[in-house]
Amino acid sequence: MTTIKVNGKDYHIDADPDMPLLWVIRDIVGLTGTKYGCGAAQCGACTVHLDGEAARSCVTKLGSVAGRPIVTIEALSANNNHPLQLAWQELNVPQCGYCQSGQLMSAAVLLRENPNPTDQDIDDAMAGNICRCGTYTRIRAAIHKAAQLQREGVKS
Amino acid sequence: MKKMIHGKIRNRIAIFLSIVMFMVAVITVSFTSASKNTKTKPPVTKDSVASVKAFMTVYKVLTNTRCMNCHPAGDSPLQGDDSHIHKMNVKRGIDGKGLYALRCSNCHQAQNTPGLHMPPGNPHWQLPPANMKMVFQGRTPRQLALQLLDPKQNGGRTTAQLIDHMANDPLVGWAWHPGDGRTPPPISRAQMAAQVRLWIAKGAFAPDAQAK
Ligand code: FES
Ligand code: FES
Repeated sequence: MTTIKVNGKDYHIDADPDMPLLWVIRDIVGLTGTKYGCGAAQCGACTVHLDGEAARSCVTKLGSVAGRPIVTIEALSANNNHPLQLAWQELNVPQCGYCQSGQLMSAAVLLRENPNPTDQDIDDAMAGNICRCGTYTRIRAAIHKAAQLQREGVKS
Repeated sequence: MKKMIHGKIRNRIAIFLSIVMFMVAVITVSFTSASKNTKTKPPVTKDSVASVKAFMTVYKVLTNTRCMNCHPAGDSPLQGDDSHIHKMNVKRGIDGKGLYALRCSNCHQAQNTPGLHMPPGNPHWQLPPANMKMVFQGRTPRQLALQLLDPKQNGGRTTAQLIDHMANDPLVGWAWHPGDGRTPPPISRAQMAAQVRLWIAKGAFAPDAQAK
């Protein structure tokens, strides 16, 4: 039995400690906002926050996350009002949407550490999140927009 | 009277003898400890040919992909047996552990993830930090030897610490357990550590500029 803390809530998980955290989050905890793209740490669709960092849950094992705070897209903000979510809506970033929760979770780490990112900073943070629909230019614009909202004091 | 004189002489002889015995004892002890010292610490016999020969073996290990991929010339780690630049635009960052949403530990676990093209892992996964890049890629044998010996370029290590890093550092040790699809260095870790020790014991000579 492994106890994990997802979005502030404890879950007692009876599963193989080698099970990928992504399976646990989606199939056992039941939060399906986090997506499965590749299962090999190659695409970023499964990105969650672990200890505040962007972790790829498809290669993170259940046994390694006991008691460590995990945040999924469902709890990025209380009311879908993280500056990134507001910017994403305003600029209509998603196409199919499949990669977008991973994009948002990665971008949230960038904005926390760098409130005023340049294009280069965005490339450095986001190049590991693949979008098969090619929404990259909208993602870039929305991150700039979110940074502006954040500087103007929009709180999530 | 005669007895008293005899007694005094006897006393003096006794004192003299005890002094002689004491000195003999001291000299013996110092000789034995000196010979012990020579047993544990042989005088260093510098030998530039043997030293350089040992280093050339070390050089082959350090510039093999397993070591070099994390000691790159640029700011991106390298990947695979062909040492291509790490996909996803991964960067060194200030502490050598990546940047923003691309920190090493976001994908690299405490152990190798099984399977081809899966992220290898170790609890200490990182590149050298930005202020001490310790580049191996593209260094000639001479450049690399001098760099390894210079505390300003080797992470502030003495030669003893350098030997310890090569022989015992857990992340260095990963190279010999690299997981699926990655070739380990050409010789064992113990063999490499022995060559590092030999290189340094024989005088830590750097190969000449032409050595390849
Ligand atoms: S599903 Fe985890 S990185 Fe692709
Ligand atoms: S919006 Fe379709 S994969 Fe990114």
